[in-house]
Amino acid sequence: MLEALTATSLAPLQRDRTGAAARTVAEPSVATGGTAVSITGLTKRYGDKTVLSGIDLSFRAGEFVAIVGRSGCGKSTLLRLLLGLEKPEGGEIRIGGQPAPRAGGDVARFIFQEPRLLPWQRVLDNVALGASRTVPADRRRPLAQEALKEVGLADRGGEWPSVLSGGQRQRVALARALVSHPKLLALDEPLGALDALTRIEMQGFLERVWKHQGFTAVLVTHDVSEAVALADRIVLIDGGRVALDVAVPLARPRVRGSAEFGAIEGQVLDRLFAGR
Amino acid sequence: MPTRFSQTIIPYLLPVGLIAFWQVAVATGLVARNVLPAPSDVALAFFELAGNGELVHHIWVSLWRALAGFAIGGLIGFGLGLANGLSRTSETYTDTTLQMVRNVPHLALIPLVIVWFGIGEEAKLFLVALGVFFPVYINTLHGIRSVDRQLLEMADVYGFTRAEMFWRVVLPGALPSVLVGVRYSLGIMWLTLIVAETISASSGLGYLAMQAREFMQLQIVVLAILIYALLGKLADSIARFLERATLSWNPAYR
Repeated sequence: MLEALTATSLAPLQRDRTGAAARTVAEPSVATGGTAVSITGLTKRYGDKTVLSGIDLSFRAGEFVAIVGRSGCGKSTLLRLLLGLEKPEGGEIRIGGQPAPRAGGDVARFIFQEPRLLPWQRVLDNVALGASRTVPADRRRPLAQEALKEVGLADRGGEWPSVLSGGQRQRVALARALVSHPKLLALDEPLGALDALTRIEMQGFLERVWKHQGFTAVLVTHDVSEAVALADRIVLIDGGRVALDVAVPLARPRVRGSAEFGAIEGQVLDRLFAGR
Repeated sequence: MPTRFSQTIIPYLLPVGLIAFWQVAVATGLVARNVLPAPSDVALAFFELAGNGELVHHIWVSLWRALAGFAIGGLIGFGLGLANGLSRTSETYTDTTLQMVRNVPHLALIPLVIVWFGIGEEAKLFLVALGVFFPVYINTLHGIRSVDRQLLEMADVYGFTRAEMFWRVVLPGALPSVLVGVRYSLGIMWLTLIVAETISASSGLGYLAMQAREFMQLQIVVLAILIYALLGKLADSIARFLERATLSWNPAYR
């Protein structure tokens, strides 16, 4: 109780301080919180083709950002650069004030469009493989069990991935990403392969987990309505540049049919088609 | 609706019927005894040879040759398949050579092998190992090549160590293909051994059959052939058991 109180009242102070002392205070056992991300002048080329040209963005710690754009606009590339899976030609990415480590280190985790579970490992072992390699091997399974509980699949740890439904598999993938308590979660169209109903269910689910764990979420999606339903902020990438950057000031959980919802969705879609 | 009981019985109706017909055909003189002995003669030969321990001796010798040759050839094939699947350098050095050697039928080496090893054990082991080597090698290599790229990328992104990459991703991913190679090479194992023992041996099932032919004891020849069939079936069952035990994650093998 007291700890929780001091943690919240200290939060604004911590943002000003950047010393190691502040970071140790801000690291409680379960809720890890998020990390700030700053991107400056980011440029990426494949051969002659410039995919991203001079992107400047910064995300607050714990913010839920959706990146939308037409296919091939460079939104997935931005995500891969953020995780250090590719090297930029110019510019810089800093995560929590540090240069982005390769594959995100233990600070950041990546969720693919497909679950990409190892079919020959039980669900629990799949999740345990997401644990930080600094955690001793015998402590990884309890952590994995905890993460499975977080995604509501605590009793499915002994199953093979092949017996789960598509939505459940993606939840296992989410648990695998969460088991290391990342401060930044990058999601590359994670719900794109699911049917419409499961997708809406999973969106509510993702929102709950994000609220509970407080990581910074960067969601790449082509579904504008999904972006409006989930994000604090929508960034539209077009022609390798940030074409639109709007806040979504709606209260959660959001009602899809509402006028404000529709207005923001319309604004983003208009800009999306205007670039054509 | 066929019941469980008839489900088990029906597959055996045809073979039992054929054996009965065979017995009747020989007994009535439709087929001459010196062309094909009756099933009862084969059964008598079995009891006689099993009784004096000769049969067990020959089966044991053949089984040992088969398994030892399989172990040698299979392990070398698996090792080289792993090396060439994992290392571009290793593949550059050896794959072309191996592919050239592969296209030589290994049984064509029999005259050479007899000159090298005489009719000793080495000749049989060499031929079996050589025959078994290629299916295991090719399928191991193919298995490693066809491991899901997406899983490899995931393992990379999630910071898997090199050991985890091998034991958790590459090897299990390649295993179905490796086991296909093992099953295929078990067939080649028996085939090679039969040919080798028939041509040059002083013991084993092939030798037993060749000796019997010299004295026109066709019932023993047929007996040897039947035992080969049973041993082949046994090897296949073992391979299927291995598949089911190691691939239980795969719905296709459950």
